[in-house]
Amino acid sequence: MSKLTGSLIANPSMDRWISFLDDKTTRVASGKVEIGQGVVTALHQIAAEELNLPLDRVTLVSGDTDIGPDEMYTTSSLSISMSGGSIRLVAAEAVALLKERAALRLNCAPDDLSVVDGAFKQNGADTGLDYWSVAGEIDWSRAATASAEPKAASAYTIVGQSTPRLDLPAKVSGAAFVHDAAPDNVTHARILRQPGAEASLVSLDEAAIIRAAKAEISVYREKNFVAFLGQDESAVERAAAAAPLHAEWQNALNIPAAAAEAAWLPDQPAVERVLGDVDAPDVDGARISLTISRPYVAHASLGPSCALARMDADGQLKIWSHGQGMHNLRKNIGAALDIDIENIWAKHLHGPGCYGHNGADDAALDAAILAHAHPGQTIRVQWRREEEFGYEPLGPAMLVKAEAVVNDAGNPVQWTADVWSPVHVQRPGNPAVVMLGGQALLPPPPWEPPVDPGEERGGGGTRNAFPLYTTGPQRVRHHLTERAPIRTSALRGLGALPNVVAIEGLMDELAARANVDPLAYRLNLLNDPRARAVVARTGVIAGWDKRGPGGDGEGLGFAFARYKNTAAYCAVIVALTVEEDVTLNGIWTVSDAGLVINPSGARNQLEGGCVQGASWALKEQAKFEGEGMTTLDWDSYPILRFSEVPEITAELMDLPDEPTLGVGECSVGPTAAAIANGITHALGTRVHDMPFTRDRVMAALLR
Amino acid sequence: MSETFSLTVNGKAETVSALPDTPLIYVLRNQLGLKGVRYGCGLEQCGCCTVLVDGAPAFACSQAVETTAGASVETIEGLGTADAPHPLQQAFMDLQAGQCGYCLAGILMAAKALLAANADPSRQDIVTALDGHLCRCGAHTRIIAAIQQAAKVMGGSA
Repeated sequence: MSKLTGSLIANPSMDRWISFLDDKTTRVASGKVEIGQGVVTALHQIAAEELNLPLDRVTLVSGDTDIGPDEMYTTSSLSISMSGGSIRLVAAEAVALLKERAALRLNCAPDDLSVVDGAFKQNGADTGLDYWSVAGEIDWSRAATASAEPKAASAYTIVGQSTPRLDLPAKVSGAAFVHDAAPDNVTHARILRQPGAEASLVSLDEAAIIRAAKAEISVYREKNFVAFLGQDESAVERAAAAAPLHAEWQNALNIPAAAAEAAWLPDQPAVERVLGDVDAPDVDGARISLTISRPYVAHASLGPSCALARMDADGQLKIWSHGQGMHNLRKNIGAALDIDIENIWAKHLHGPGCYGHNGADDAALDAAILAHAHPGQTIRVQWRREEEFGYEPLGPAMLVKAEAVVNDAGNPVQWTADVWSPVHVQRPGNPAVVMLGGQALLPPPPWEPPVDPGEERGGGGTRNAFPLYTTGPQRVRHHLTERAPIRTSALRGLGALPNVVAIEGLMDELAARANVDPLAYRLNLLNDPRARAVVARTGVIAGWDKRGPGGDGEGLGFAFARYKNTAAYCAVIVALTVEEDVTLNGIWTVSDAGLVINPSGARNQLEGGCVQGASWALKEQAKFEGEGMTTLDWDSYPILRFSEVPEITAELMDLPDEPTLGVGECSVGPTAAAIANGITHALGTRVHDMPFTRDRVMAALLR
Repeated sequence: MSETFSLTVNGKAETVSALPDTPLIYVLRNQLGLKGVRYGCGLEQCGCCTVLVDGAPAFACSQAVETTAGASVETIEGLGTADAPHPLQQAFMDLQAGQCGYCLAGILMAAKALLAANADPSRQDIVTALDGHLCRCGAHTRIIAAIQQAAKVMGGSA
């Protein structure tokens, strides 16, 4: 008997997951949502496979608080293993129940029946029964038991195929996003944002703003929440553009510039923890350390956040949002507006890629506040570009010091990491979390110390802080900054990127000190055969054996990590040239993700992670000072461009009998680390602080 | 005061009423229902809103509607449909050349203009044509490959 998954224990009733509809299709529901990672396509494949149905007889509903399961958030590369695992079990059990029921009707044994396109056959002959004709005789509110054994991977015909993405046809031809879903009579809205939680609005020259709009608008003002509404979107946009000039705030943020740098963190009060082999005696030997930093970084979604909301006459508040967790969003909106969550329906619609907690949830609360105040009207809140850059939660800056004690053979015999970081997750759903609209309306809750995701969930700042290598006792000292200067929350990989950059940088330093090839040095310290296979294979496809001596401006850098030390294994090699800027010439990546549902989709995630990791490593820093963010557009917050993206070769190990390991975030950290190591190889000296810009490269050369 | 403007959109004559400096994007999305024109930045920095005006890529977020009077405007809806896709759209679907897809409409329009001028573009030609377009998901290499595939299908290098 299989084991129930976490999301099935939380949502046991089978009808939360599966419905057999009158049109002879089967609707399967997931709490996980499409954020561009192809998850709906993959879950759809898993459902059809286990139901023995062609893809077009299965629909996949995702992110619907009325008809789908609560699966928290679409995060941490867990969707395929968690939601996919649940769907697989529910579908297998549904097929067993249906077969049992049909067998009873036909007075045969369930094993006598086979299924073709949902129809039951006995000895190859039609029985007149199918899934849908017997489904009505089963009480689907029963709890899932995981009693039916899912198919063996060797029997798969749909899983493992690169079936086309279900959502791309709309996205390449027209309306596709929540941004596009408004009815013709929608009320457009824009927000004037409060510059910090403590800021209060002293005066607002509404007449001047209305004049600037050049067409009819209305101004909605409640405490420190201000919005401009109207039928003409260009008019509310003009109003919002003009509004900051006509608003006076008291107690706006006033952040010192130094607080925007990672170097600020170690001097701050922190929640202190020590993890790992805390009782192991300190080992003697040479101590080699490496300190690296990553600045605050932005999600920088390509489209600013958007949401729709409507308060219906029956008291039901409807919300359409591109947030990552509709059930938790509903809870937070219910609390902010004092509405029973049973009276709120939240539905996920697609949005621009978020890579974590961006402005989507806040925009949904904005729309809900306005809908609540304007019953019957569909409100469409569209954030502005500077609003997204200015008010999205940032990925926290981090400073990481990794230290190894090394024996005479040059191998580590003790490993210690110090991780300084603000909190990594402040999502809605946590009752202590106040979203922007709530902050403008409600008195601030008493301050509480920050709480990072627990280690059982992969940690936040400590994510990937423990190396997979044989190092002797490992300790991590987590210095969780008590008060960050700006709001921070989840961004792809949480602390994994800085931690992997530190570990893999130190591994290269240790290899150099031992005068051993960095890839061979790692293989010598890796016991896990799957890790070893990924490392070795990456070397083969990238031509590692032709790696030059370095120091001539040409670099070949390697890095490896297993995401969260529990999800997909991933190694990356980057070829680069350092002149004044760093130019990427090629990226090779290999991942072991166990059973892969949609290989093209999984490789797409690896490739995208390489590009995003490279962009963070080379270009990105979110800056703030005084009243708030100063990187408010794509000129001040550049990301990697077409001319800067090299050819990428992504390969997946073929292990269909192994459980799926989440692949969505695994290549980000190794790519940044491989770039750091490649620059070191090219220059003969290390650049410690991201982003590795021209200024930083020059400074390292002059050091 | 609002004024009336006549323009051709996806081959169809349209008359719209707007303030002369209204950005074209709002007219296309809200008056003509062409929601595939995507708002990205309003600053000509990301390329999401790219449409073709008389065949040339233009930023719908910043181009005033009055400057398009009498012009021919083409949006993603004019390129093809999900059921009858243009070879470019087909290639993007075939290669999963996109993740969130928010950048794709603008990129597809730029690609159409590129292929109209250069039926057999090199990788560098494509990169140059797209360098004003941002893709945050990192689908760049697939997007380039999809444009190359479409060019082949359309006969450029056959």
